[in-house]
Amino acid sequence: MSVTEDTVLSFARGHRLQQDRVRDLWLVQAPEKAFIIEGAAPHILGLVDGERTVGTIIEVLTEQFSAPREVISTDVLALLSDLTEKGVLRA
Amino acid sequence: MTLPQPPMSLLAELTHRCPLACPYCSNPLDLERKAAELDTAGWRRVLEQAAEMGVLQVHFSGGEPMARSDLVELVTLARKLNLYTNLITSGVLLDASKLEALDKAGLDHIQLSFQDVTTEGAERIGGLKGAQERKLKAARLIQESGIPMTLNFVVHRENVARIPQMFELARELKAGRVEIAHTQYYGWGLKNRDALLPSREQLEESTRSVEAERAKGGLAIDYVTPDYHADRPKPCMGGWGQRFVNISPSGRVLPCHAAEIIPNVTFPNVRDESLADIWNNSHLFNMFRGTEWMPEACRACDRREIDWGGCRCQALALTGDAANMDPVCSQSPFHEQIVKIADNNGVPKDTLFYRRF
Repeated sequence: MSVTEDTVLSFARGHRLQQDRVRDLWLVQAPEKAFIIEGAAPHILGLVDGERTVGTIIEVLTEQFSAPREVISTDVLALLSDLTEKGVLRA
Repeated sequence: MTLPQPPMSLLAELTHRCPLACPYCSNPLDLERKAAELDTAGWRRVLEQAAEMGVLQVHFSGGEPMARSDLVELVTLARKLNLYTNLITSGVLLDASKLEALDKAGLDHIQLSFQDVTTEGAERIGGLKGAQERKLKAARLIQESGIPMTLNFVVHRENVARIPQMFELARELKAGRVEIAHTQYYGWGLKNRDALLPSREQLEESTRSVEAERAKGGLAIDYVTPDYHADRPKPCMGGWGQRFVNISPSGRVLPCHAAEIIPNVTFPNVRDESLADIWNNSHLFNMFRGTEWMPEACRACDRREIDWGGCRCQALALTGDAANMDPVCSQSPFHEQIVKIADNNGVPKDTLFYRRF
């Protein structure tokens, strides 16, 4: 499926966002692996809650980072589409 | 001295007890009995210390971890500590009510083992009548629960031809992941090597089957090869004392599940010291950590931080000294020996030594 601004996403079972305080980084925990996420990704994924639409996530971030909406929306859609394709997130 | 990075994963071998008797079991030949096992408070302390150190995932294993009556309590605590919880089970002790309790406890993932796709093949290896039916039932219960599931198949010369059917079963049972793991030759596997080691042709065929399945997509596949046919060693455990920590049923802290064969060393125990102390300071964990300990040829090799010198337990088992080069490496003076073993297995032995106390 393709992710649009109307899509509502949540973490697929067995996957979650986690702050690693010991190593001072953010990661996604997944079946038998964990992968590090960097840059804006922890902020974006922190807003994925099974209730907000992707459009709402973009608006929240646009306000938080006072950046142009087009820039934010490109990044958000790219990340969320990729993780949905990988089965980390689901609609 | 700077402290080593903390481990990412903890393999908690809760017990060596198991209803199955697989001849490739990764437990040591000298199995620990129930009376020697850590109690619930001991395991709770281990989980707390692991989380505090920075461990991210805990794999509850055994033996059969479901033989422990405190499994649900330990999973509950691990989740409370924000550890990712994985249950590695044979499934033969799983029923609907036990699964529901584990689900409620927040279990993140289950790795369910199958010995084969045919009942006859599976039960010859597992040594337990009726096991295959119980496993299939367990798989369907897990599928219904929605808990993510990996099917694990250990392969060897008797079942290696049925890898395509293993993938079919995984798709039928809606497992998201499959692990096709060639037997590793330590402990029971080493004792049964002549009966289990596949020929080079069988290995090549199995690799082709895996590649064909990967090309279809939709199934995550972990593939582990037997390194006897290789000429570069595996990065065993991602390096000694670098990513993994293993705790035996009695609380011994080990860099891998086979390390108890290392001679002339004291095995530290969580009953005596903290996990962090053992990880950072024990002689055992520092013996082969990093590259300092390596033979000169390894230290000069540009793969030294890729494969970390391969496997210490294999060097010990096949050359008599854990500090020698892993004989899988074509540069090892002992490499010929492993080539001979790998090539001379045209005449299989079909006598299996089953895992027994």
